[in-house]
Amino acid sequence: MSDLSNAAAAPGSLGAAKFRFYGWWIATAIVLVVLPYIFRSGGALTAFSLVGISIIFSLSYNILLGQTGMLSFGHAVYYGLGGFLAVHGMNLIAGMKLPVPLPLVPLIGGLAGLFFAAILGWVSTRRSGTAFAMISLGVAELVASSALILRSFFGGEAGISANRTKLLRVFDLNFGSQIQIYYLVAFWTLIAAIAMYALTRTPLGRMCNAVRDNPERVQFVGYDPHVVRYLAFCFAGFFAGIAGALAAINFEIANSAYLGAVQSGTVLFATYIGGVGFFIGPIVGAVFVTLLSLGLSDLTSVWQLYFGIFFIAVVMFAPGGITGLLMMHRPLLKAGTLGRVLPSYLIAFVPTLAMVAGLMLAIETIVHYTVNSDEDPKTKAFGIQFDASSPITWALAAALIIVGFFLARKTWTRVGRAWDDATTVAREKGVPA
Amino acid sequence: MLELIVISTLNGVLYGMLLFLMASGLTVIFSMLGVLNFAHASFYMLGAFFGFQISRWIGFWPALLIAPPLVGAIGAAVERYGLRPVHKNGHVAELLFTFGLAFAIEEVVQIIWGKSPVDFRVPPLLDFPAFTIFSTNYPAYKMFMLLVSIVIFAGLLITLKKTRIGLIVQAALTHPHMVGHLGHNVGRIFMLVFGVGTALAAVAGVIAGPALVTQSNMAGLLGPILFVVVVVGGLGSLPGAFIASLLIGLVQTFAVSIDGSLASAFGPLAPGYKNPFVADIWNVTIAQIAPIMPYFLLVLILIVRPMGLLGKRES
Repeated sequence: MSDLSNAAAAPGSLGAAKFRFYGWWIATAIVLVVLPYIFRSGGALTAFSLVGISIIFSLSYNILLGQTGMLSFGHAVYYGLGGFLAVHGMNLIAGMKLPVPLPLVPLIGGLAGLFFAAILGWVSTRRSGTAFAMISLGVAELVASSALILRSFFGGEAGISANRTKLLRVFDLNFGSQIQIYYLVAFWTLIAAIAMYALTRTPLGRMCNAVRDNPERVQFVGYDPHVVRYLAFCFAGFFAGIAGALAAINFEIANSAYLGAVQSGTVLFATYIGGVGFFIGPIVGAVFVTLLSLGLSDLTSVWQLYFGIFFIAVVMFAPGGITGLLMMHRPLLKAGTLGRVLPSYLIAFVPTLAMVAGLMLAIETIVHYTVNSDEDPKTKAFGIQFDASSPITWALAAALIIVGFFLARKTWTRVGRAWDDATTVAREKGVPA
Repeated sequence: MLELIVISTLNGVLYGMLLFLMASGLTVIFSMLGVLNFAHASFYMLGAFFGFQISRWIGFWPALLIAPPLVGAIGAAVERYGLRPVHKNGHVAELLFTFGLAFAIEEVVQIIWGKSPVDFRVPPLLDFPAFTIFSTNYPAYKMFMLLVSIVIFAGLLITLKKTRIGLIVQAALTHPHMVGHLGHNVGRIFMLVFGVGTALAAVAGVIAGPALVTQSNMAGLLGPILFVVVVVGGLGSLPGAFIASLLIGLVQTFAVSIDGSLASAFGPLAPGYKNPFVADIWNVTIAQIAPIMPYFLLVLILIVRPMGLLGKRES
C-alpha cells in the first residue's frame, strides 16, 4: 500500500518518504548505541542482549508464520543447531588458531541453520497448514531426542561449552565483558532485521505472501508453492541459526534445551503476542515476552501459568497481537475520532482490571495451598502481602472475579458501540478503515 | 526369541489400542471442526490425574466411571466457550488456542499435583498375573486395559456405523449446513463430539495411569506421538489412525526389546571407529532409539506418501 502512495506522490515527497524510511533505521541504530549509557547495570545489559537474540529469532519465525502462513512447532531446531555448530566452531577456531574473529561466528550458526533447514525443510514443507504444523513438531522431537542420544556431539544433558575470549582479537576486543557482547548482539540484530525487512520487499517475499493467502492461485500463475515455502523455510532457518549462535556466544554454552519444545513454544508465543501481521510485531513481542519472563519470575512462582493464560487471551480477543491492536486505531487517529473511544476504554478498564486482580488473587491463594501449604499462610505475591487462610481473601477474590466479569461484559459492549460510532465517522471523512 | 515376539506383540497391540483410543477422538474432532486439538493429550493427562484423585477418595472403579465424564464436560466447555469464539479467526488461531490450553493445563496440573510422579496403583482386584507364558507373568491389569480399549473401539464403531446418532454425526462431518437445515443443532453436535472425544482420551488416561507413570509431563511425552499417529494415518481418516496406532505401538514396543546396534550387527567385522562422533552412531542400540522411531516413521511416510497412509489428497 505504501508503495502505491509513494509512486503516486510528487518527487519532492518521495525524497521525504525515503528520508523517513532510512530515518527509522538510523534512529534504531542510534538508540542501540546509546542504550548502554542510559542503563548501565550488568543486569540491564544481559537483558538487552537476550532481547536482541529473541528479536532475531522471532523475526525469523515470522518469515514462516506471518509471511508464508506456516505454523511451525519446531523452529528451535535451527536455533539450537546453529548454537551447537557455533560452539563447536569456536572450539575449533580456538584450538587450531584460525584467523576468524568472534563477530563472524554468528555466520557459522546461520550457515548451520541454513544447511539443516535445507535438508529437513524439503520434507517438512511438502504439506502446508495443520499437517505442516504436526510435521514440524515431529521433526523437532526427532532432532531433540537425537541430541540426547548422540552424546559426543551434543554433550548429553550438560551440553557443550566454549570460551569466547580465546578467538582471534581484532581491534583488541576480547569480548570478555557483557558490554562488548551487547554491542555484538546489537550489531547483528540490526543487520538481521534490515536483511529480513529487505527480504519482505523482494519478489520472493511477495510470493511468500501469495502462498500464504492463496496457494492455488500461485500454482495457476506458474509457481510451485512447495518451492516458495521451502525457500522461506531456508531463510527462516538461516536467521534462526544466527540467533542461536548469538545465544551460544552470550552463554558460552549450548545444551539440548536450545533445541527443545520449550524454546519452540517461546518463540511462537513471542511472535504471536507481538502480532504476526506487521514486520514490527515480532520485535514488540520479543521485547515484551523476554522482559516479562525476566520480570515475572521474580514476582511469582507460577509465572508460566500467567504466561499461558495471557497467550490464550491474546488468541481469543486480539488475534492481531499487540501491534494489531495498536494499528487498529490508526484510521481513527487519522480521522481524529480517537477521542470518542478513549472514555469508554477508561470505563471498561476498571472492571477488567478488577477481574484480572481477582483471578490473580485466586490463583496465588490456590498455589499457596497446594505448593507450600505447610508454610505461613501470610504469603506474598507481586510484592503484596495477603493472608491465604482468611475467608476474607477468598471472598474478595470471588467477588472481584464475579462482579468484575459482569461489569466488564457490559462496559466492553459499550466500547464496541463507541468503536462503531468512531469508525463510521472516520469512514465518512474518507479515511479507509 | 518366541517369548520376546509374543510378549512384545501383546504389549505393542495394547499400546497401539491405547493410542487409538486417543487418536480416534482426535481424528473425529479434526474432521468435524477442521482443527487439530493440540490439548488432546492434556485431556488424557487430566483423565489420569482425576482418576488418581478420585480413586484415592472412593476407589478405582468409581473413578473409571466418574473421571471421563468430568473431563468430557471440561472438553465440551472448552469447545463451547473457547474454540467456538476463536473459530472466526481461522484455523491457525484455533490451533494456537489449543496449544496455549495445553501449556496452561500442564501448569495447572503441576501446581495441584506437583512435578514428581503420583502413586497411582493398580486396583487390588486386578493385581495378579493373568497367565504365565514362557516363564513371564503377564499382569491381569494389562489384559483389562486391552479389554477396555477393544470394548470401546467396538462400541464406537457400532455407534458411528449402526445408530441414528452416528448417522447424524457422519452427516455433520461432511455436510454441516444440510444437517443444520434438517433441524439438527450442529453446534451442539460439535460440542458433544468434542466432549466425547476428550472423554475417550480421559478413559485412556484413567486406565493407562496405573500401568504407566502418572506425571505432569505425560501429556508432553505422548502428545507428539499422537500427532505422528494422525499424520501417518492420514489426517481425518479413522481407519488410517487405527492402522497407524497399531503400527507405531508395535514398532516402538519391538524396538525397545531389541538390544542390537550397527556395531553388533557387523560383529567382529565392525571397524573400531576412533572418531567419537561416528562411534556414537555406530554403537547406539535400537532400544535407545525406540523413542524416536515414530518420528523416523513420520519422515519416511512423508517422503513416500505425503498425504499419509489412508489420507486423501490435500484439498
